[in-house]
Amino acid sequence: MNNEKQDHVLFYLKNGLRYDGRKKEEYREIEVETGISKSAEGSARVKFGDTQVLAGVKFEIGKPYPDKQEEGTMMIMAELLPLSSSKFESGPPGIQAIELARVVDRGIRESGAIDYKKLCIKPGELVWTIIVDILPINDAGNLFDTAALAAMLAIKNAKFPKLNGDKIDYKTHTKEKIPLIEEPVSITVLKIGEHFIVDPVPDEEEVLDARLTVALTNDSVICAMQKGGEHPLSMDDIKTMIEIATKKSKELRKHLG
Amino acid sequence: MAYKKRLDGRKFDELRPMEAKVGVIKNAAGSAYFKIGKTTAYAAVYGPKDLYPRFLKNPKKGILRCNYNMMPFSGSGDRVRPGPSRRSREISLVTTNALLPVVDLDGVPNSVVDVFIELPQTDAGSRCAGICAASMALADAGIIMKDLVGAISVGIVDGQVLIDLDYPEEAYAEGDVADVPIAYIPSTDEFSLLQMDGKISQKDLIKGLELAKKGANQIIEIQRKALRQKFEVQK
Amino acid sequence: MENAKLLIKDKDIVVPGDVVAQGMGYLPSLGTYRSGDNVYASRLGLARIDGKVIKIIPLSGNYIPKKGDVIIGRVKDINFSGWSIQTNSAYQAMLSMKDATNDFIRRGADLTKYFDIGDNVVTKIYNVTSQNLIDLTMKGPGLRKIVSGRIINVEPTKVPRIIGKQGSMVSMLKQATKCNIIVGQNGVVWVKGLKPEDEILIVKTIRMIEEQSHVSGLTDLIKKHLESNGRKVGE
Repeated sequence: MNNEKQDHVLFYLKNGLRYDGRKKEEYREIEVETGISKSAEGSARVKFGDTQVLAGVKFEIGKPYPDKQEEGTMMIMAELLPLSSSKFESGPPGIQAIELARVVDRGIRESGAIDYKKLCIKPGELVWTIIVDILPINDAGNLFDTAALAAMLAIKNAKFPKLNGDKIDYKTHTKEKIPLIEEPVSITVLKIGEHFIVDPVPDEEEVLDARLTVALTNDSVICAMQKGGEHPLSMDDIKTMIEIATKKSKELRKHLG
Repeated sequence: MAYKKRLDGRKFDELRPMEAKVGVIKNAAGSAYFKIGKTTAYAAVYGPKDLYPRFLKNPKKGILRCNYNMMPFSGSGDRVRPGPSRRSREISLVTTNALLPVVDLDGVPNSVVDVFIELPQTDAGSRCAGICAASMALADAGIIMKDLVGAISVGIVDGQVLIDLDYPEEAYAEGDVADVPIAYIPSTDEFSLLQMDGKISQKDLIKGLELAKKGANQIIEIQRKALRQKFEVQK
Repeated sequence: MENAKLLIKDKDIVVPGDVVAQGMGYLPSLGTYRSGDNVYASRLGLARIDGKVIKIIPLSGNYIPKKGDVIIGRVKDINFSGWSIQTNSAYQAMLSMKDATNDFIRRGADLTKYFDIGDNVVTKIYNVTSQNLIDLTMKGPGLRKIVSGRIINVEPTKVPRIIGKQGSMVSMLKQATKCNIIVGQNGVVWVKGLKPEDEILIVKTIRMIEEQSHVSGLTDLIKKHLESNGRKVGE
């Protein structure tokens, strides 16, 4: 359907250029800021060019899962606010929001980033739950990577609230941070025709053939993946995309601080 | 009168520090950010655009639709469950009514102007902050408006009439509290939002409303400045 | 005996609710209104004073369709009698079979062969009804389906600046970059060049014009910008 548009994007890519003049593997200007919401126990704002995403962490307490009696839990949620784009409608999260949240969740969860045992208050009875909420303020492409970075930064920024017995005193923050073992970074690579790019803008997302989001640990071990788009990927495609993701993850990692 | 000194040291007629910026959300037709004390609000305007479902269309003029939402991590205590609550739906309604008197949508019948208000951080006065952000966002979007709208809360804490209650004052346990959020239109000297929680005498209410007018005018000046600043060219 | 006091200067940025003049001596025109003794601005824009007439040039806002405008629209839907076109405004626009081409289209023919959903077309408005419905035609010089190139959206209020006096600005852009450019009155712009670098430069330049549309000396600024990017700006 969008053949003409894809042809024109390919015309640029053949010349090694993107619609905004960037190179194929070049990210837009990235800005990060933490502690942007003092109501949250941890928060961050991340900008990739004009794309802007907020993430906030809230702590709750409750019973542990029956099969993990000595471990706390984590939940990652995302809401694609109509504030951020005319593409999004009011209402409960649609499939795009759900995929975004679950992909970011897997990247952080499967990396083993959080030591859930340290979130245990009373084994079998009381554990901490970390809830991360991701909300875009302006969607100008590449929500996956922006959201993943914002979520990770919010988790790093978070401080436990004070616990009085079995009640949380949200007004008092302790100095204790969430114990982290890993700090995963997520890179999404797009395939358009025979070309591979990172950090797409909406025009490019509209004409993608396929995308691969790869989450990598500090040691460049792949801990989560998600393929999207209607076209299949060959073995060579996958190898190339993982190489690009690994290379770019070193760059992106600098923003984790 | 036991409340002699405000918890944060402000004077009784002093607003918390404010910040305003316009054009912060590129995808929107108009947008703004407004911060008062620790309460922050974003507003984005989309439209005028075609309206679905058809039965909502008004053949005489466009409709204004405001949606107020607190981000899950914006409450001062527990996480706020995502999605519209009864409270947020009511606030969306009074926000729409606060802005309706100033917007002129006669020229765009059958269309809708959507205003989305989102708050990342709240410390009382959130509906007023949302209205202030929305007022700037509508002007930024080029909507025809008679005037801007300034919204602020006034009230009584333990017998003392004051302006811009923060959360500790709203929750003040050692005396009676009345909280009166208002929205004010300077050019016609009229109020487009008036709500109240608590107990207040008629005399104190009038005193409070006069104080509110002054505060609203201050906020409108800040809105004006933010709108003009958008066109200051960065070299 | 009129006391007429002007409270602003020519080319001041005004916001809704600004009192631009006092007294009966000044005439409110586009973007202003009179209430009692005062003339107020009713939208965000640039004030222009022409003798006793005050009008506001809007710096943002929706496209208002006018008969005779050439716009770039996108095919949204196809029914048995024609195509429904998205025009970047709050209005519904129709291109009927009879206005689509100089060829004769048989009833029941496959309309997608002419224009398909998602196609972009350069089209002309020949009628705007009182219910704000637009009738479009593709019959006329330069009106056609767009093939290749790229499309960007600009603020409709900035279109006159992008085109320039008698097309001077857009001609300068075309000549300096050897690109084909069509600027739709509705803020949709089509650019096609021989090289991606040329198109990228045009897009950057147009964004510059948008940001500084209200600044004087813009033409020289753009000329310098093109020259500093290695393009020759001719006579």
